[in-house]
Amino acid sequence: MTLVNAAFTALRRDWRAGELRLIALATVLAVAALASVGLFTDRVRRAIEVQATELLAADLVLESTNPITEELLQRARKSGLDHTRNVNFRSMALSGERLELSEVKAVEMGYPLRGQMRTSIELFGAEQVATTIPERGTAWVDSRLLQALGISVGAMLKLGDFELRVDRIITYEPDRGGELFNIAPRLLINLGDLDATGLIAPGSRADFRLLLGGNPEAIAAFRKKVEANKNERLKVQGIRDARPELRRALERAEQFLGLAVIVAIALCGLAIAMASRRFALRHYDTCAVLRCLGANQQYLTGLFTLQMLMLALLFSAVGAALGFAGQTGLASLLQGMTSRVLPAPTFWPLLSAVLAGVVAVMGFSLPQLWRLRAVSPLRVLRRDLEPAPVGSHIVFVAAVITLALLTPWQSGNLKMTLNVFMGMLGTAAVLAAGALVGIRLCTRLRRGTGIAWRHGLANVARRADGSVAQILAIGLGVTALLLLTLVRSDLLESWQDRLAPGTPNYFLINIQSDEVAGLEKFLNERAAVTTELYPMVRARLTQLNGKAVNPDDYQDARAQRLAAREFNLSWSSKIQDDNEIIQGDWWDEQATDKVFFSVEEGIGDSLGLNMNDALTYSVAGREFTGTVRSIRSVDWDTFNVNFFVIANPGALEGLPATWITSFYLPKERRHLLVEIVRGFPSATIIDVAALIEQVRAIMEQVSRTVEFVFGFTLLAGVLVLFATLQNTHDERRLEAAVMRSLGADRGAILKSLAAEFLALGLIAGLLAALGATAISWLLARFVFELPFTLNLLLWLWGPLSCTLVVVVTGIAGTRHVLDVPPMVVLRSA
Amino acid sequence: MIVQARQLGKQVASPTGTLTILADIDLIITAGESVAIIGVSGSGKSTLLGLLAGLDLPSAGEVHLAGAALNALDEDGRAAVRARRVGFVFQSFQLLPGLTALENVMLPLELARIDQAAEQAGARLAEVGLAERLHHYPRQLSGGEQQRVAIARAFACRPQILFADEPTGNLDQQTGAQIIELLFRLNREHATTLVLVTHDPAIASHCDRCLTLTAGHITGEKRRDIG
Repeated sequence: MTLVNAAFTALRRDWRAGELRLIALATVLAVAALASVGLFTDRVRRAIEVQATELLAADLVLESTNPITEELLQRARKSGLDHTRNVNFRSMALSGERLELSEVKAVEMGYPLRGQMRTSIELFGAEQVATTIPERGTAWVDSRLLQALGISVGAMLKLGDFELRVDRIITYEPDRGGELFNIAPRLLINLGDLDATGLIAPGSRADFRLLLGGNPEAIAAFRKKVEANKNERLKVQGIRDARPELRRALERAEQFLGLAVIVAIALCGLAIAMASRRFALRHYDTCAVLRCLGANQQYLTGLFTLQMLMLALLFSAVGAALGFAGQTGLASLLQGMTSRVLPAPTFWPLLSAVLAGVVAVMGFSLPQLWRLRAVSPLRVLRRDLEPAPVGSHIVFVAAVITLALLTPWQSGNLKMTLNVFMGMLGTAAVLAAGALVGIRLCTRLRRGTGIAWRHGLANVARRADGSVAQILAIGLGVTALLLLTLVRSDLLESWQDRLAPGTPNYFLINIQSDEVAGLEKFLNERAAVTTELYPMVRARLTQLNGKAVNPDDYQDARAQRLAAREFNLSWSSKIQDDNEIIQGDWWDEQATDKVFFSVEEGIGDSLGLNMNDALTYSVAGREFTGTVRSIRSVDWDTFNVNFFVIANPGALEGLPATWITSFYLPKERRHLLVEIVRGFPSATIIDVAALIEQVRAIMEQVSRTVEFVFGFTLLAGVLVLFATLQNTHDERRLEAAVMRSLGADRGAILKSLAAEFLALGLIAGLLAALGATAISWLLARFVFELPFTLNLLLWLWGPLSCTLVVVVTGIAGTRHVLDVPPMVVLRSA
Repeated sequence: MIVQARQLGKQVASPTGTLTILADIDLIITAGESVAIIGVSGSGKSTLLGLLAGLDLPSAGEVHLAGAALNALDEDGRAAVRARRVGFVFQSFQLLPGLTALENVMLPLELARIDQAAEQAGARLAEVGLAERLHHYPRQLSGGEQQRVAIARAFACRPQILFADEPTGNLDQQTGAQIIELLFRLNREHATTLVLVTHDPAIASHCDRCLTLTAGHITGEKRRDIG
């Protein structure tokens, strides 16, 4: 009989004998968890990215100062990407005597590739989703343009040499967010009308954009090619180059999902290791007989490795199927909560889960089965001859290697993997140490207690290894869940709270200096809004330490863009609340004879600006130079007005400045906007509520996903509890039989079981509360950068619910030790 | 009369059909008597002991133990009979590994709700010569010492009847002899009825009466000459 046949026969026999059920169950659960998490997170991740692409209106945007070449278009076509072009430039729109600077965008059919454009047919009227683009000869415009020109829908306006009829009012434009502060009102026309305007001639200042959409691999490949070819002078913008707050939300989402998956894998691995340990113990006799009959160590190793491999493949497939079913249900649950349709599942997460399942089963079971090769044939004569136990360090190292193999695979991010991995090891170590202390305490406490307690606590202490494993597993599961509660209820709410009441939903720009006082008064008195107005000067960085700044000197697309364009400088005597000096100091108000700058750290990094660098800016043809006196960090999540570079008061005196402010206006007072437009005609209103809503929707989706994913970690924890119970099942049966032969009734035995699980559950619950609190502090401090508040309720219901779960599952899993007559058990011992 | 078995039988299901382990056992044991059940491996002697002690239920017949009809009781009822009146000594000691020697001996006292369990358990352990080992765990004791703890536990509640299943089976000859000596001494001192299963005729010879079991039937009975 070949080894494969032998392994298959052994698998069938062991299965029939019920020896493999727990390993099979652990595998099925592990893979089901992995598959459903993998499939689901893959879909959610793609959904989130789709949402993010809305901010670009595409998956990838190529931008050039020259028209998009036919060759590039063909390459996009050949790569199978959806594409649409548009041209952006500024021009005056005329209507009768009035003229207004507008931001013209000439679009092709297909725009936007991602997200939707929304319009209305009257001012502040009902929104409709646009399914097409402006017809030839018509224009869609911002309400601000209508107000500025004093016209309404249906009126004609002139753009260059061409007359257009205003057809619709744009209420939402997906890719508008990127340049929040720099925009004049939008004027959207059909690309086919562009030539007729006569506005675009060779050398005209315009942005030519190619919007691309397609599957992520194709997009990534196309992007790589474009970026490799520097001669094309294309600016490339992908999802991750979009707004920083969105990028951070995505990163956080990935970190959370990765963390949850890894914890689930670790717990399932623990269950598999425990089940295989029992499997090994129960195969000593078989192995001894096989050795007697002439099987060598290699044969035994091969036999059990193959057997496990077959088991792993078989039940990983079952788990994957279950996981697929699970994620379908979950996805439909999520769809009920959001209007978004998730992208269809892909095959890769399923395959990945099956492979991960096989790796997990082999990695966690083989170290345990390894000792079977060391069973002495002499055991057939002396049953007390047992092989030396596998060193715990070997099991530990194998587990670490297995997890290290699986983790980056699941999370797709090496740095995060390392962080999470170290964090998890640390948490596990702390939990294990805490568990040992708790177990010691049990030994102390049991003196002077009744029989049930004494016996129960004695069992916790005696099976210290098993108890530590149980506490660790349940503790990790509950830690994950408690952590989720903390993150969801405390951290996310605190982020949302910070957004909710005070978050500005409107920006006012282009405020003239002579309007500042009047506007401030209006906002204060009529709109009951207290806000600050900030001056703003458009400037371009021309020299850095006396050397001309050239966009081509920078590798990074963002840096090139920043170096090439004008951006807004401001001045201020005091630092904003959401800014923090991280290097240098703020100026005192008296020192007005010199020019100082305070630079935001992100732009400082991009452009390579350091403390005491001399920056020369060009503003309206005038150049002036100052030194960098401080580097600031800015909390961009707040939607407050913020500036990359701020100068000291007086430094920008005499330069043409407009003012900007942001404020929150509740829905019912939106009519005041019209008054602002009338009273302060030069000021422009920007509605950012929609953008905030988008970010909030993403955060909401993320937290729901994480909640679901962490549910699996608790399930895995319960599985480990069952595995440890299974491992102690024979002992427990024997003990119950001895106690009953001594006259104990069912009640006494159940009480001692309850005492044991009560102690285990309480220790695990307390440690979990401690762990969750510590981790959420770390998250609050270093990841979310939010203030931490201690949640005392957690310390009450965390341990309570944990104890309840452990006592109920524990007793449910062990009460059948009472079902066999004591004589049967005692005789078989 | 402390134990009475009538037409006792035990059958178990096996892959080849029903297997009869015991059949037609009629037996009376009077208080204070010591009875050895002797037989070869598989003769059913341990099964008989289990049935007499109410650790298992017979397939046929009935058992009366210390005045209680075991057939009429449920498992908890049988446990209650065992709690005060019955003691056990097993071949493999069956001490609870998580409890100290003292705690193991306290166990039956507490189950029977006897006051001052710790003091009484200490006294029993002193009787078996383990006064210095009260707080040792089973794994810290030798086989002979473990069996002494088991004997102390068996006598803890001053039972009316003691069942011993191959009490020296796991011990060397010298230690075994010491344990038998101890068992019979305590049996005399406490005036306990003793039912002892063994395959060793030498040990059986210490008893007042010796029943031979062959293939599930009592095939011989011998009384010790009381000179």
